[in-house]
Amino acid sequence: MNISIDVQEQEQQTTITLAGEIDAYTAPKLRETAFPYTEKKEANLVVDLSGVTYMDSTGLGVFVGLFKSLNANDGTMQLVGLSDRLKRLFDITGLADIMNINSGSEGGV
Amino acid sequence: MNFRDTMLDEYKEILKTYINDQTEQALYMSQKFSRKSIEYKISPEEMISLHKTSIMELEPELSESLLLSLDILLEVMMSYGLAYREHQSLRTIQRELINEIEVAASMQQTLLGTQIPRIPSMDIGAISVPAKQMSGDYYHFVSHENGAISVAIADIIGKGIPAALCMSMIKYSMDSMPEDSQAPGDVLERLNRVVEQNVDPTMFITMFSGLYNPETHIFSYSSAGHEPGFFYHADTGVFDEMQAKGLLLGVDKKTKYKEYEQKVEVGDIILLMSDGVTECRTEEGFLEVDTLIGYIKKYIHLDAQDIADKVYKELEYLQDFQLRDDFTLIILKRTS
Repeated sequence: MNISIDVQEQEQQTTITLAGEIDAYTAPKLRETAFPYTEKKEANLVVDLSGVTYMDSTGLGVFVGLFKSLNANDGTMQLVGLSDRLKRLFDITGLADIMNINSGSEGGV
Repeated sequence: MNFRDTMLDEYKEILKTYINDQTEQALYMSQKFSRKSIEYKISPEEMISLHKTSIMELEPELSESLLLSLDILLEVMMSYGLAYREHQSLRTIQRELINEIEVAASMQQTLLGTQIPRIPSMDIGAISVPAKQMSGDYYHFVSHENGAISVAIADIIGKGIPAALCMSMIKYSMDSMPEDSQAPGDVLERLNRVVEQNVDPTMFITMFSGLYNPETHIFSYSSAGHEPGFFYHADTGVFDEMQAKGLLLGVDKKTKYKEYEQKVEVGDIILLMSDGVTECRTEEGFLEVDTLIGYIKKYIHLDAQDIADKVYKELEYLQDFQLRDDFTLIILKRTS
């Protein structure tokens, strides 16, 4: 039950690379780390999920929170590298229709 | 005799043994003594004072400066003593809080309780087991005046007390819905507006809403991002996923929910669940849908409530009896 969070800030965008499991135990850590980047004006956040092996609904909650915060600040979020299982989670919840999601590991804009 | 009365003698004995022989035994005794002192709430500064008295009696020749140094050590330990007492009182408060949460959890059970409707043509069973004290899963039935039955199953994301409060909100909105807007899509649209306005932005809800009409035997349903249920066709023995698309509640207040319809024949079964069922993790990985269907098939001849209970037992066994997520399963079986 562990997560690794790597943040790379570039001029145009911030890339957050995640690996491990996102569940009730690790979600608060992810929220704390990622949230400040969504509160800047017009931030572009890219989240690489290719190393994520498990995510439950609490993890999904973090992404909804990030998405709402970015929307409020005219920012964007792109999720890349989703496994089939993660993709299904975003499909079922209808989030795939409103979020920018690329399931391949190469996340082109 | 009280520990406080004998502690000086006990301590002196340990000290003497150690000064003479430096045995492991003396070290072991001092560990035991330390545990006992904590039990009797002896503060760190009291311990130093005890040490000073003991050593003065045992070694009258001890240098004055060493004894004086113990006074400074005693002063320094005062704050540690205060911190220790604070810790003790926090532990008491914590125990009180745990009690209060237990009371709240049982109140939640009472407040949110829902009656499983009894109607002639449909046998209904439900089981819901929380992973923690307060469940994030919720299900609710409403029996309508025209004989129809509404069923809702929801997972509130953001667990604990905020989720519990949110559930009460949903229950009362559902109960107070007008008789003429029972359609699942309407129910979700209405709840979505309630949730969007009132709930903390990081919290959201997945919900499946269904309506069974016992006259036409049509089950209509809509989903707000909820795990799809299964439909068992008795004539072919096939399980279909009840695909329904729709956004989570509480994300966008303008969301519309599409409604789907399914004719229910005698023997057909509708299975609704929370993602605690499908995201159930086992030793070998995730639970596969086929495994779940296997369990349901095994018990399909039973009453709806028995199917729910037995499937839960199987999954509990599979997870080594350690629930990681809340678990809810609802079975609707048409009998005539």
